[in-house]
Amino acid sequence: MALAKIIVVTSGKGGVGKTTSSAAIGTGIALKGFKTVIIDFDVGLRNLDLIMGCERRVVYDFVNVINKEATLSQALIKDKRTKDLYILPASQTRDKDALTQEGVQGVLEELAKEFDYIICDSPAGIEKGAQMALYFADAAIVVTNPEVSSVRDSDRILGILQSKSRRAEEGKEPIEEFLLLTRYHPERVALGEMLSVSDVEDILAIPLLGVIPESEAVLKASNQGTPVILDTESEAGLAYMDAVDRLMGEERPLRFLEIQKKGFFKRLLGG
Amino acid sequence: MTDSSFQLKGSVVTTVLLEIQTLSLQSIVAQLKEKIDQVPHFFNQAPIIIDLSKVEQDIPFDEFESLVDSLNGLGLGVIGWRCAQENKPHWSGDVTIPLLPASKTRPIHVPEPVSAPSSPDVVVKTVVEERLVPQSAKIITKPIRSGQQVYAEGDLIILAQVSAGAEVLADGNIHVYGALRGRALAGVKGDSDARIFCKSMEAELVSIAGNFMLTDALQKIVWKEAAQVLLVDDSLEIIPL
Repeated sequence: MALAKIIVVTSGKGGVGKTTSSAAIGTGIALKGFKTVIIDFDVGLRNLDLIMGCERRVVYDFVNVINKEATLSQALIKDKRTKDLYILPASQTRDKDALTQEGVQGVLEELAKEFDYIICDSPAGIEKGAQMALYFADAAIVVTNPEVSSVRDSDRILGILQSKSRRAEEGKEPIEEFLLLTRYHPERVALGEMLSVSDVEDILAIPLLGVIPESEAVLKASNQGTPVILDTESEAGLAYMDAVDRLMGEERPLRFLEIQKKGFFKRLLGG
Repeated sequence: MTDSSFQLKGSVVTTVLLEIQTLSLQSIVAQLKEKIDQVPHFFNQAPIIIDLSKVEQDIPFDEFESLVDSLNGLGLGVIGWRCAQENKPHWSGDVTIPLLPASKTRPIHVPEPVSAPSSPDVVVKTVVEERLVPQSAKIITKPIRSGQQVYAEGDLIILAQVSAGAEVLADGNIHVYGALRGRALAGVKGDSDARIFCKSMEAELVSIAGNFMLTDALQKIVWKEAAQVLLVDDSLEIIPL
């Protein structure tokens, strides 16, 4: 596995936006011209295909490939909107025990020959599924919501990244860690109902990749099966694009962290 | 004391320890000579102690005496010998060099005398061996995350934060050069002199030799500031640094 960079999108806690972020960031990287595949590691709770809007095209899945019941080219789904983007769906009918370390390694090695980036969409929790998703990673995007339990779980998963990944076991350079703060609500932060960006940065002490504001566009995009990053009208989409730029090493100032004052007409119209 | 022509003092001398594996005079002398030839300056008149604690067979007195002679002949200065307490050889003659205490009784903690010493004219000679001692402090450079546990047999030095839900334990002291948000237990084997130092006290629990304090109590004393924790008369003291 020398070629592709393997990035795990993980969080510990469920429902914080891992799959949404995997879809958005994977799409964003592909938009930059890198051949990218997003793998759904959430065996039994397949969601990525829905977010990516390719659920009707799933024939074979990740577990089929591991069990050699299908080839990679049979299982990979090419995204219809974005060039260079592929999805490897999870199996809905199996559980996490279907993921073996050798099996996952075999699939990743084969993918690494052809792709520039492999995004591993981790399931929630810290058990086998999550550990398999992060084991081979070169970098990790830790998705966190600005509330204490999510931050605590992210801290836990950071500990696992450092101790139970292949890089840790082989004593290699540790996994690069990035914080992605999602569902950020400046108004609620101001009211003290949510942790601020600096609170979370202080507790987790890892570099900040981006802050994604809470936005209706995310829900809308998920229901439509379109990665929100393609919605260039929405703040969330733009914030994800900034995060991808930063992941590629570019400097981007943080935005959408301030409370937006609603104009007279917006207030009048209830916008 | 001014009219005294000498003073008695304790001193620590670094010596070479010759640990005999099997007593074979010829091979010892030959092998040693080879070593000396490699670094003659190091061994020239070097004080040396013969250690017989690894030798299991009986050692004839004559052979031991000639070993001492041979070593002195090689330019070394034999200053003493020692052996395991349980298999001390029964020799009829007197050995010309002093018998030193076995290595286990290496005096590290000198107990305070109960009464005034009765005979002050005893020469105290402490022999420190030259050997590699394993590093007694464990140094961690990365944050200790929630759910992780780190234990050190000696001191524990952490150059990062200790997250909430993490636990750090040490037989000795604990230093945290970051925020201490988790649990820190120093002196877990009962060392009541152990202390905890941290750059920002935000701990869930601090404990020294089993005496502990929780967040609520800590918040009233020192919070989010540099602090040290120590045990004074069986009660914890939290002192800002």
